[in-house]
Amino acid sequence: MKTALYAGAALAVVAALGSTAAQAQSRDTIQIAGSSTVLPFASIVAEEFGAVFPEFNTPVVGSGGTGGGFSQFCQGVGENTIDIANASRAINEGEREVCNSAGVNDIREIQFGFDGIVFAVTADKEDFALTPAHIYQAIAAEVPVDGALVANPYTNWSEIDSALPDQPIALAIPGTNHGTREVFDVNVVEAGCEEVGLPEGASEDACTTLRQDVVVEIAGDYTETLARLQSDGNTMGVFGLSFYDQNRDSLKVATVNGVEPSLETIAAGEYPVSRPLYFYVKGEHLGVIPGLQEYTEFFLSDAMIGAGGTLEGAGLIPQPVETTEEVRAAFAAQ
Amino acid sequence: MSDLSNQTKAAGEDRHALVRKGLARRHRTEWLFRAAGLTAVILALGFVAILFTTIVSKGLPAFQQAYISANVQFDPELLNLDPAPERQAGQSQADFQAQSFAWQRELAMLNWNALVEASLRDLLPIGFEIDSRQLLSIVETSERHRLREMFVADPSLLGQTVPVEMLASANVDNWLKGTINRELGDAQQQLSAPARQLADEFYENGVIHMGFAWALLTNVDSRSAPASAGLAGAFMGSLYMLLIVIVLAVPIGVASAIYLEEFAPKSRLTDFIEVNINNLAAVPSIVFGLLGAAVFINYFRLPLSAPLAGGLVLTLMTLPTIIIATRAALKGVPQSLRQAALGLGASRSQMVFHHILPVTFPSILTASIIGVAQALGETAPLLLIGMNAFVAQIPTSPMDQATALPVQIFLWNGNENRNFFEARTSAAIMVLLGLMISLNAIAIFLRTYLERKK
Repeated sequence: MKTALYAGAALAVVAALGSTAAQAQSRDTIQIAGSSTVLPFASIVAEEFGAVFPEFNTPVVGSGGTGGGFSQFCQGVGENTIDIANASRAINEGEREVCNSAGVNDIREIQFGFDGIVFAVTADKEDFALTPAHIYQAIAAEVPVDGALVANPYTNWSEIDSALPDQPIALAIPGTNHGTREVFDVNVVEAGCEEVGLPEGASEDACTTLRQDVVVEIAGDYTETLARLQSDGNTMGVFGLSFYDQNRDSLKVATVNGVEPSLETIAAGEYPVSRPLYFYVKGEHLGVIPGLQEYTEFFLSDAMIGAGGTLEGAGLIPQPVETTEEVRAAFAAQ
Repeated sequence: MSDLSNQTKAAGEDRHALVRKGLARRHRTEWLFRAAGLTAVILALGFVAILFTTIVSKGLPAFQQAYISANVQFDPELLNLDPAPERQAGQSQADFQAQSFAWQRELAMLNWNALVEASLRDLLPIGFEIDSRQLLSIVETSERHRLREMFVADPSLLGQTVPVEMLASANVDNWLKGTINRELGDAQQQLSAPARQLADEFYENGVIHMGFAWALLTNVDSRSAPASAGLAGAFMGSLYMLLIVIVLAVPIGVASAIYLEEFAPKSRLTDFIEVNINNLAAVPSIVFGLLGAAVFINYFRLPLSAPLAGGLVLTLMTLPTIIIATRAALKGVPQSLRQAALGLGASRSQMVFHHILPVTFPSILTASIIGVAQALGETAPLLLIGMNAFVAQIPTSPMDQATALPVQIFLWNGNENRNFFEARTSAAIMVLLGLMISLNAIAIFLRTYLERKK
C-alpha cells in the first residue's frame, strides 16, 4: 500500500518533469529584465498590452539594474533567455561583444523617452541651489584648493559655497550596477570637475575618484535611498524624477544651475541632468516569442509614450515626435 | 562495630556541613540561571510583540479601501462599434477566435474613460467645477479595463445603466486615510486641490465609502493601478512551489532518511554522507539559488521565473531539514521494537513499514510541515531564478511565470508610491504570517491528534 503510494509520487514527478521538457519548447510570455528606472514604465506598458491584446499574455518584467539586465540579455538566444533588456543608458561595446560571442547579434535599440536625475533632501531641510561643481567638490576624493590638488577638506555644504545651507555633506548615490550612476558620473561629477578645473598635470582619474566617507553607494532601488534619507536626515539622495514626483510629500528637490527639475524643463533641455531611456529587443526572438513585435510597436505608440500618453502620467518625459518616428522606422526597417 | 558507625556518622556530618555551606551558592546560581532564562523569554516575546504590533498597526488599514459607488451607463454613443461576433455555421474555431480577438482589440481602443467620467459627473455636487483629468484622478485607472471586461463578458449591457463599485485611486485612498499629510500645500500633494475637495465631499455624502479591500486578495500585482494591486498571483506561485516541495522533498527526504538509518551499512561512506547532509542544512539559501540558476535554468533549460524551477530549488533546500528530522525520529524508536519484529520473522522492510514508520509518523509529518513552511517564507534563492519579476497574470500552471508571497513583499517594499504601498507591504506580511501560522498549527494539531490515536 505504502509502496504503491511512493511509486505513484515518483511517477507524478517523472510526468511533471517530462511535461516540462515538452513545455519549455514554447514560451508564450515575453520576458523582460533590467533597469529599475525603466521598470515602472515597462510594467505599465506590459499591463496595458495584456489588456489591449487579449491573444497575448501579459509580459513579465524583472529588474536587476541596467547592467544586470544586459548580462541576462547576453546569455544567448533561446527560450530561457530574456527577450528585452530595459536600460537607462545605451549598451556599451563590452556588453555588445559579450552578446555577440553568445550568439546575440541582432540587438535592436529602442529609445523611448527621457528621465531626469534629481537631487533631493528630506522635506524639512533648507532649499539647495546646486551646480555640478558643488557636487564634485563635495564628493571627490581630492579637490583643487588654491591651484593644488589636496585631500577633500570640506565637511559642510556651506564651506563649499556660503550660499548653500549649513548641513554636513552626505550623499547617497546609485551603485555601479545602475545606469543612473553612469549619467551621474558623466553629467554631474565630470562636468563639475571641468567647471572647477584641475591643476596642470593632475591625472584624469582625479575627476571620478570619490571619497568613501561621505558617499554611500546604494545597490538597491530608490526606496532604499529614501529609507537612508529618512534614517539619516543630513543625507542628500540621487533619485529619478518620477520617484521624486510620487514622494513629493517627503522629499524636497534641489535646483541644478538654477533650474528646477520638472517635465517641462527636462523636455526643453534646460535641466542639465537628464538621460534617454532605452530598451533592447533581441531580434532573434522576433517571430519566435509571440507578441514581441506587437509589444515593441505598442510601447512606441503615441498612446503610451506620446505627449499626454499613459507613461507621461507616470513621470516619463516624452521625446520629440521626430525621434520616435526615427526609432519606429529603424525598428521596422531591420 | 560502633567505631565504624561513629566513623560513618562523622563522615556524614562532614558532608552535611559541606553541602550546607555550598547550598546558598547553589541556590544563587539556580536563581541566576532562572532569571536569565526568564529574561531571555521575556525579551524574545517583547520583540515578537513589537514586530507584530508594528506590522498589524501598519497593515490593518490596507484591508480597508476607498470605493466609489457610481452608476455606469454603457452609452451606445460612446461605445460605437459592431456587435460582438457570433460563431457562424461552418466557421472554424480558429477563424472565430481571430474575429473575436479583433473585436476585443477594437473594443480596447474605445475611450472607456469617457464612461467613467460620465458616471462621475452625474454624482458631482451642484455647481462643482472640475476638469476631466482631475476628475479621473480620483478613480483607479484599472476601472476602465474592468468596465470593458464587463462588457466583453456580457455585450447585452449596451444601453443599460448598472451600479458599479469602482476602486478609488491610491492617491484618494492616501488622502482620505491621512497616509499623506493633509496639511501639506498643493505643491507637495499628489491630487489637485479640486480633486481633494471632491474626494472629501464624496466621502461625506457617502459616494466614496471604505470597504473591505478584496483587490488585495483577489487581484494580481499592478503598477499602473496601485489601488488594484493584490496578492493572488503571488499566492498561486507560492502554492505551486509548495506543492512541488511536498511532492518531491517529502518522499525523497523520508525515503533517504529511512535508507540511511535502517538499511545502509555503517561505513565511512555513510558517515561521509551524513556529515554532508548536516553541512547542506547549514548552507545559506542564496547558494541554492545560484545552484538552481546554473542547473535548472541554464542546463535543464527550465523556464525563467517559473514556480517549477523555484519549487525545485526550494526542494533542494528543504531536503536536508526533512532528512535530519526524520532520522532523529527514527533514532528515537527503541531497539526492542526492531528486535521484536525481526525476532518474529519480519523482513527488514516489513519491520520498517509495519512497525517503525507508524510509530514515527507524527514526528515525520511535523518535520515535513515545518520544512515546507520554511520553504514558503524563503526569498533569496528565488531572486536568482528570476522570480522577482513583475507578473500581472495568475499563473495557470507551474510552468507559467509567477512570483511568490515573500518576493511580492520585497517588490511592494520597493514600490515608488511609498504612501500607499507601505500599508500594502505590511498587509502582505500579515497574509504570509497567517499562512505560516496556520501551517504550523496544522503540524501541531496533526501531531497531537495522531499521538493520541496511537
